[in-house]
Amino acid sequence: MRTKIFLIAALCGMAASASATPTIQHWQSSGGAKVLFVEDHDIPMLDVAVSVPAGSSFDRAEKSGVAGLTHHLLDLGAEGLSEDDIARGMADIGAQLGGSFDQDRASVSLRTLSKVAERDKALDTMARVLQQPLFPEAVLTREKARIIAALKEAETKPESIADKAFQRAVYGGHPYALAVSGDIASIETITVQDLRDFHTRYYRVNAAVVAIMGDVTRAEAEAIAEKLTAKLANGAAPAALPEMTMKIAASEQRIAHPASQSHILLGAPGMSRSDADYFPLYVGNYILGGGGFVSRLMSEVREKRGLAYSVYSYFMPLKQPGAFQIGLQTKKAQADEALQLVRATLATFVTQGPSEKELLAAKQNIVGGFPLRIDSNRKILDYLSIIGFYDLPLTYLDDFSRKVEQVTVMQIRDAFSRHLDPMAMATVIVGAPEGVAK
Amino acid sequence: MKKILVVAVLLFGYCAGVSAQVFERTLANGLKVIVKEDRRAPVVVQQIWYKAGSMDERTGVTGIAHVLEHLMFKGTAKVPMGEFSKRIAAAGGRENAFTSYDYTAYFQQLHKSKLPLAMQLEADRMRNLKLSAVEFGKEIKVVMEERRWRTDDEAHSLLQEKMMAAIFQEHPYQHPVIGWMNDLEALGVGDAQAWYDRWYAPNNATLVIAGDVQASEVFALAQKYYGGIAKRAMPVRRDFTEPKQVGIKRLVVKAPAELPHVVMSFRAPTIKNPAQDWKPYALEILAGVLDGNESARLNKHLVREQQVASGTGVGYDSVSRGPALFMLEATPSEGKTVIDVEIALRKEIAQLVKEGVSEEELQRVKAQVTAGEVYKRDSVFYQAMQIGQMESIGLGHQAIPVMLERLQAVTAEQVRQVAEEFLQDDYLTVATLDPQPLSDKPKRAPQGGAHAH
Repeated sequence: MRTKIFLIAALCGMAASASATPTIQHWQSSGGAKVLFVEDHDIPMLDVAVSVPAGSSFDRAEKSGVAGLTHHLLDLGAEGLSEDDIARGMADIGAQLGGSFDQDRASVSLRTLSKVAERDKALDTMARVLQQPLFPEAVLTREKARIIAALKEAETKPESIADKAFQRAVYGGHPYALAVSGDIASIETITVQDLRDFHTRYYRVNAAVVAIMGDVTRAEAEAIAEKLTAKLANGAAPAALPEMTMKIAASEQRIAHPASQSHILLGAPGMSRSDADYFPLYVGNYILGGGGFVSRLMSEVREKRGLAYSVYSYFMPLKQPGAFQIGLQTKKAQADEALQLVRATLATFVTQGPSEKELLAAKQNIVGGFPLRIDSNRKILDYLSIIGFYDLPLTYLDDFSRKVEQVTVMQIRDAFSRHLDPMAMATVIVGAPEGVAK
Repeated sequence: MKKILVVAVLLFGYCAGVSAQVFERTLANGLKVIVKEDRRAPVVVQQIWYKAGSMDERTGVTGIAHVLEHLMFKGTAKVPMGEFSKRIAAAGGRENAFTSYDYTAYFQQLHKSKLPLAMQLEADRMRNLKLSAVEFGKEIKVVMEERRWRTDDEAHSLLQEKMMAAIFQEHPYQHPVIGWMNDLEALGVGDAQAWYDRWYAPNNATLVIAGDVQASEVFALAQKYYGGIAKRAMPVRRDFTEPKQVGIKRLVVKAPAELPHVVMSFRAPTIKNPAQDWKPYALEILAGVLDGNESARLNKHLVREQQVASGTGVGYDSVSRGPALFMLEATPSEGKTVIDVEIALRKEIAQLVKEGVSEEELQRVKAQVTAGEVYKRDSVFYQAMQIGQMESIGLGHQAIPVMLERLQAVTAEQVRQVAEEFLQDDYLTVATLDPQPLSDKPKRAPQGGAHAH
């Protein structure tokens, strides 16, 4: 999940010395797919990921869940292969088929040995899964039942209840508010035809991003990109998503739950991937609540007062502005105290910004920790996908440290005050303290 | 809180082949230093592993191993409170720590040039930790919050905790790593000090350094920073032998949830002699046959074909200091009960024992192990983890390639035999989650309203 990558990213750090970034090769497939490739023969293995703009924000409300189910069913039956053929075939050669799914993006990934026999078989399966999924009726029926069961289970979990209420409060009527896995009622209505239509419309070759990392040559990589995308439809782009409403009214939902802790979330629409303030907000958030043990929220809530085990903040950078979110859990009796403290910490930060000393420490960590961001094939593959999908410059990794270094206290204060109004945050408390609200 | 899944440990196992360069040296004070050179990226990981986990605790002070882990970040005479994390962060590092039944470990990942700093800080807190009642008082509250979050409010964790307490009568695995809440409430700074004094010594630790380093340079640095810490007499460790289980046990745990869940846990052996044992390896393969991929038996039969379960899982860890469990678990699908899934799981076992596994299934699991050996090279951190784990449980990192060979040598008949020998009612505990409705189960939350039980 991107959330996680973002949080972890914020925790890692690197030495001021510029370190070598991988050389990214870039081209378009014959059908128009964008391809990003890093050639690396250190380990005899290959990682590939194909991403398409087919996340949950492309769902219609009354059919919420179609996007997720389409993605989920890709490897449960494809041209000439049953779901078992796919799973057994991959296991037999030690290959791993995976994927990720969020509001913007659906992706399928593969890790395989790079020996020709294994690689060809794995890529052949991946090609069919992506381009010729079957969406068998019986599988859909079964998987709908499983997802509905999981959604019912989630409705009893304080963290899931909080998350759902939070998404609604922050995103309002925007498609980002749609539940990523759909709703129980809408999932019940989904048919095989819905999935076929969605696949044809949104899994488009000319919108696909192919990331390739590892032990193949350029010529082989070109053939792989063709094989994985050439049979996808070449269609017109869907209508653009509506603009996010950045200003929301302050709200507070207190939701009863028998858990011993209150789960608290607060936030508002934050920033997009292409936001001009991306780096000031990113670095600022490291100081506020992204920097693990050394962040302000951690210091105030955990270190000084022992009020919570985990407290964090992050920006979820999506195509449109994703949420800025602060989260923590604390025992019910002290939930209001903790919430007040978090609000005060946020308000102080937005008004005053960080100190020079804090900014220096943040830069030391983020720049100094840069090599840890690209120290494995897996991490580089993820960067390739993000760079391609969000149209970031190919020099993104080369520029990263410099852009962090350039951030000033003034920019952070300015960017935070323009993006966040501490008086207009959505707050959700699940397992709210009993008695009077506020 | 489930320990690492079965094959997981071995899947990413380590192979003495090509690029795997492991060097080892023990300092005069007993600190064992192990270096894994890997030059793919200019980074390094330092991990220090203390052979002191929750299984070394006594009744009444459960959780102290983990509490001390938290307190290790609270400062020394030379490095004041909060400075450890600040200095690692300023060096661009990531850091954390973890406690298990068997060990406690601390780690930092940083640019290779920052290894001396990490070593200096880690060595300092091995000897010079400063504990105060005030900091203890704050941190114990943090740990209580952690317990509420991880266990008390998590139905499956609670089930696991109560199940372990029911399975083990004498062995300390009966106590949760995080400690019973009642014990956390009773602990004091003196307990933490006693724990630190007892176990935090160079001769009870393994230092693992992996990454873009030269072993000889690492040994010199280790001598410089850790070499001056005096060796100390270690207390005699009690060797717990859990009494033989003499019949099936059952327990029910009620917790807020929607779906029931059942876990069937069989007492099982661990690897004692890596080169001679065969049963633990056969159990590892068995776990892979049942749950190693989407077409493995449990998912294929119970979830996809019979649709009696909406999810299944298998857990087995052949490497641990204490006794092992072979666990099968499943969540019934809508309209099915825990009895239905238990019957279905039992049918799978019966079929295994009667007909064994096919050569194809066996080779499939082994192919995944082989590929995992290659993939594992993509994570320096994981390679270091594996070395530290193997050292801390007493098998030593040299066992890793041996275990891999032994795993490849398992036969289909051996897999059948271990199923027959260990998956028996006399060694079984069945733990069931009985889901309880939320007290007032609002479909949508009342806004701004008060809540009454």
